[in-house]
Amino acid sequence: MTRYIFKRFLISVPILLLVVTLVFLAFQLIPGDPARMYVGVDASQEAVEKVRHDLGLDQPVLTQYVNYMSRLAVGDLGKSIYTRRPVVQELAPRFWSTVELSLAAIVFATVIGVLLGTLATVKHGTGWDHLLTVLSLFGISMPVFWLGLLLTYVFSVQWHLLPSAGNETWRHFLMPTFCLSAFSLAFITRMTRSSLLEVMAQDYVRTALAKGVREAIVVGWHALRNAMLPVLTVVGLRFGYMLGGAVVTEEVFAWPGLGRLLVTAVGQRDIPLVQGALLLFGISFVLVNLVVDLLYGVLNPRIRHR
Amino acid sequence: MKWFRTLPNNLWAFARDYKLAAVGGALVLLFVGVAALAPQLAPYDPDTVSLRESLARPSPRHWLGQDNQGRDLLSRIIFGARMSLYISVSSIGMGALFGVALGMLAAYYRRLDMAIMRLMDVVLAFPGIIVALTTIAILGRSITNVIIAIGIYHIPQFARLAHGLTLTIKETVFVEGARASGESDAAILTRYILPNCLAPIIVQTSLLIPGAIMTAATLSFLGLGVPPPTAEWGSMLQNSLQWAQLAPHVMIVPGLALMLAVFGFNVLGDGLRDAMDPRLKKR
Repeated sequence: MTRYIFKRFLISVPILLLVVTLVFLAFQLIPGDPARMYVGVDASQEAVEKVRHDLGLDQPVLTQYVNYMSRLAVGDLGKSIYTRRPVVQELAPRFWSTVELSLAAIVFATVIGVLLGTLATVKHGTGWDHLLTVLSLFGISMPVFWLGLLLTYVFSVQWHLLPSAGNETWRHFLMPTFCLSAFSLAFITRMTRSSLLEVMAQDYVRTALAKGVREAIVVGWHALRNAMLPVLTVVGLRFGYMLGGAVVTEEVFAWPGLGRLLVTAVGQRDIPLVQGALLLFGISFVLVNLVVDLLYGVLNPRIRHR
Repeated sequence: MKWFRTLPNNLWAFARDYKLAAVGGALVLLFVGVAALAPQLAPYDPDTVSLRESLARPSPRHWLGQDNQGRDLLSRIIFGARMSLYISVSSIGMGALFGVALGMLAAYYRRLDMAIMRLMDVVLAFPGIIVALTTIAILGRSITNVIIAIGIYHIPQFARLAHGLTLTIKETVFVEGARASGESDAAILTRYILPNCLAPIIVQTSLLIPGAIMTAATLSFLGLGVPPPTAEWGSMLQNSLQWAQLAPHVMIVPGLALMLAVFGFNVLGDGLRDAMDPRLKKR
């Protein structure tokens, strides 16, 4: 097991390095003058030259890259063009609220999704099954922002039940959590259903049923445990995507998260901030994948002994 | 042309066995038809402003009502479908073109394999919308840049598929034969390997269209996609934000159009996948 963990860690390192490098290179492609962008259109030529020198933009790309990496190593991501505050300070609180929302959403999607998926399997071929299939197809096709707007219209505008913006109390969590989890909920329901159906067709399940074990126990204990493996991968991947996909939900519900910050930063072309947010997304996605792989190894001995 | 004569029968059999998929197919046909014939179908010019009729409810003259500037919503939905189809097909086409080329090269020349495929992995490490937002941040906001932004994210998906297919196909006897008879690498890649990759690539293309439609609308909704006043579903929704309280139809109509289009493609794709996978049949 220790070897497996170690090996998996080693694989993540070059991927992380590539992510960091790619983020650096992508922003070398920006048309126009970054120094000019930093000081504004109406600044004097001297001011532009000074900023160019201060930011090291007058040096060769390779030197810039080395500087960028060494600053990154000590957690320095530069300053926001717009607020002039260090990027790290801008990102940290925003990142936390995105994580909060994503965690709530993934837990909701997983618990309800597995329940519904199991229900669909148990009621296989009946009206319940068809209903859940159609509902989950709708869930996958639902534009997140439209769902958010509809929810807000019904629950905030019409019925005055839930707040439509902010993240102060638990009631602020309800609509964004549901919204963000809708796609994953549908996805996990479908995944659980197909995975469980496959397991239910296996011999050991038939044996258990034949020797008289109650169906609820066979499904809930014997079968579900094995059916969970592919579902777990999906949950992990979905969580990684949620951290980024929260962009839209955050925008609709004015949630002060990383995604909303990114959209604002892109709109203002605040390049250091965009770069920082992007790095954070990339790194957290790689780390989430790492954790999922490790969990997978814990749950499935066949993998870690390979 | 035997397949052509049996096509109606086959279609009918498919629709009978996969009713939901048939509904999806009908929605997709409707979407494509509306998009293709937009100038003929739209009752009004989508951009004609009529401020006196701002936010008018649906009526016999304007079936779906009018937006805050009094523009006919039905006409804007119809032209929005055209924009949606244009962006999604172009961006997936771009992804397929570059992705397949890169994937095939990586698999054929093993020296390139590591470099190309790891790069693809890194792009896939980001959610699609983030990649698209970054591209817009770099290139600026325009219709062409939306296509590029969505296209870039699809390159690795096609690269992976083509990579896997090429790895298998290049070991086959007929490729070996081609090489023995002195065909050049370029000829082997384009005339022997590519035609054999085509079927799965086309399937992949159709499966990725709904995602591209959704991402394009999302970008516009975030105010970073198709610039106004062009009729586009996402930007119509963005525009409806301020008015939804007064006139919910300006919010409901574009969202419904978007959802039905994506739903149609998803359900059709789902049914086709089931129909082509014999293991899933008759379950």
